[in-house]
Amino acid sequence: MKTVFRSSIIVTAAILAVVLIAPVAFAQTPAAAQAQPYRAPRTADGRPNLNGIWQGMNEANWDLLPHAANFGRVVALGAEDAVPPGIGWVEGGEIPYLPAAAAKKKENYDKRLTLDPEIKCYLPGVPRAMYMPYPFQVIQSKDVIMLVFEYAGAVRTINMGKPTEAPADSWMGWSNGHWEGETLVIDSTGFNDMSWFDRAGDFHSDELHVVERISAASPDRLNYEATIEDKNVFSRPWKISMPLYRRVEKNMQVMEFKCVEFVEELIYGNLRKPGTQPPAH
Amino acid sequence: MNHRLSSMYLLIVVVTLVLLMTASVAAQAPVSSGKAPAPAKKWTAKTPDGQPDLQGYWTNSTYTPLQRPQGVTREFYSAQEVAQVEKQAAEREAEQTEPGTIADVHYDFTQFGLDRSQSTHTTQMRTSMIVDPPDGRIPPVTTDGQKRQADRAAERKRMGATTDQVQNMPVGTRCIVMAGSGPPMMPAGYNSNYQIVQGPGYVMVLTEMIHDVRIIPLDGRPQLPGNVRQWTGSSRGHWEGDTLVVETANFNGKNPFQNASEDMRVIERFTRVDADTIDYRFTIEDEKTWTRPWTALLPLKSSTGPIFEHGCHEGNYGVRNTLAGARAEEQRAAAAKKVSK
Repeated sequence: MKTVFRSSIIVTAAILAVVLIAPVAFAQTPAAAQAQPYRAPRTADGRPNLNGIWQGMNEANWDLLPHAANFGRVVALGAEDAVPPGIGWVEGGEIPYLPAAAAKKKENYDKRLTLDPEIKCYLPGVPRAMYMPYPFQVIQSKDVIMLVFEYAGAVRTINMGKPTEAPADSWMGWSNGHWEGETLVIDSTGFNDMSWFDRAGDFHSDELHVVERISAASPDRLNYEATIEDKNVFSRPWKISMPLYRRVEKNMQVMEFKCVEFVEELIYGNLRKPGTQPPAH
Repeated sequence: MNHRLSSMYLLIVVVTLVLLMTASVAAQAPVSSGKAPAPAKKWTAKTPDGQPDLQGYWTNSTYTPLQRPQGVTREFYSAQEVAQVEKQAAEREAEQTEPGTIADVHYDFTQFGLDRSQSTHTTQMRTSMIVDPPDGRIPPVTTDGQKRQADRAAERKRMGATTDQVQNMPVGTRCIVMAGSGPPMMPAGYNSNYQIVQGPGYVMVLTEMIHDVRIIPLDGRPQLPGNVRQWTGSSRGHWEGDTLVVETANFNGKNPFQNASEDMRVIERFTRVDADTIDYRFTIEDEKTWTRPWTALLPLKSSTGPIFEHGCHEGNYGVRNTLAGARAEEQRAAAAKKVSK
């Protein structure tokens, strides 16, 4: 009896030990360290299907770095123009500017009301296009993936074939893509030096090199990250990451936002004939 | 690029002249019997998800005018006539300017590879793009349409000269929208380039000029609500056999095609007939403007990529310089007047 009792204690202890220790041991096995990664549905040609209308529902377009709410720039616009607070999307919470570039960023910030290319309806560049407060659509075919942005009708053509070199510098750059398992990797160069990363004056030169990684995290969410490199402006590559969400509204579509018309008076109003008035709108 | 854009305003004037001259050259071509080319082998390729495959780079650059030139009564030219029409038009384009108009300004299309003869263009035997009505001409304008045309002309006059303010300038000069986007997709003076990409449930048409993109849903969804109006309207598509049929409405009326009303509906039909050709035809329905619908046909011809980024607005020195020049001239004239007193 005593022996049996003793044995049962040992057995119980052993069972408890296994039950308690197993999860720890399990957790240490790399393959089981995380939940099984989400596997996106496939397109007809077997690629992860990232088609859809997406939007980064965040405040990165105001400032990629963590920031509190702040005054806007136009008094008349009141709360509509105030800067919404943001948690920040830069890994490590710092953009590694070289000293001269840090000064330039500050100048950009100080003069943002006149210098931000968004104010003039200029093309948004990369990665800014991906997190502006407007939707964009992914259209996947075998040879190219199109990213079509509502803001300013900007467009990126991702070449999925043999990588090619940019024939000329441009606002939206030159993009070569490939698949790494579940992840679409886009390598972009060939940028001009005129776009910004946000309304806070974060900027780059024409040496900008962006590597983006996009994968589905759930049916309606993408993981997006971009590594940004520019030897003229930054002391090392730096990375942003954020989710992009599917716009699930019924019959959702990317609509027309041809903003040129809305900025003409701002840009050319000083050149109108004296005594004339802009048309009513 | 900057140089190219700085002359945008002038260029549009030149293009208009060239298009007008092309039509008159065509009208002078000799008359003889002509036949349409034989239809090519049927195209059957499909995208992975089963749509007829329209993908690739295309151009609709052509010397064929929308309307049949006055004096031409036949539907087709002979091969020799077409060659002559194109040769004469190319010579005209190379000469660029018409004496007495803008002869003091030099702009050479060929310098920038913009001349139509320097890139792929479609050659068709037709004497006009319009195939219906059979006379190749836009049908008669309704009374409403005539009134609207007169009202618009009066409003333009009231607004003053195009150089008075940016809002008086043509929408193409302002980099808002150009002829290539449409719909209907019409050849522009240059860069009449397109890229078509198909994804599941959508056909996308990228127009090089102003990087205009049309994303055409194929799921049978309704049009946008009637109060939502856009420069390029709202397009909905479906397949009828191997033909993509796209219906577009909801235009904003600020860039009226051939002076149509904002209730114009465009029905486009894209049929790939062979590796190098999409048969593109469009029907214009607007009973407020024309006494009957009309239909035009122009092929899209296979071209080579890439589509370049046409950062038109970003490099629009043309508008700025034109306005600044007009203000400077006014000041100079005012100063001269003061002196002469």
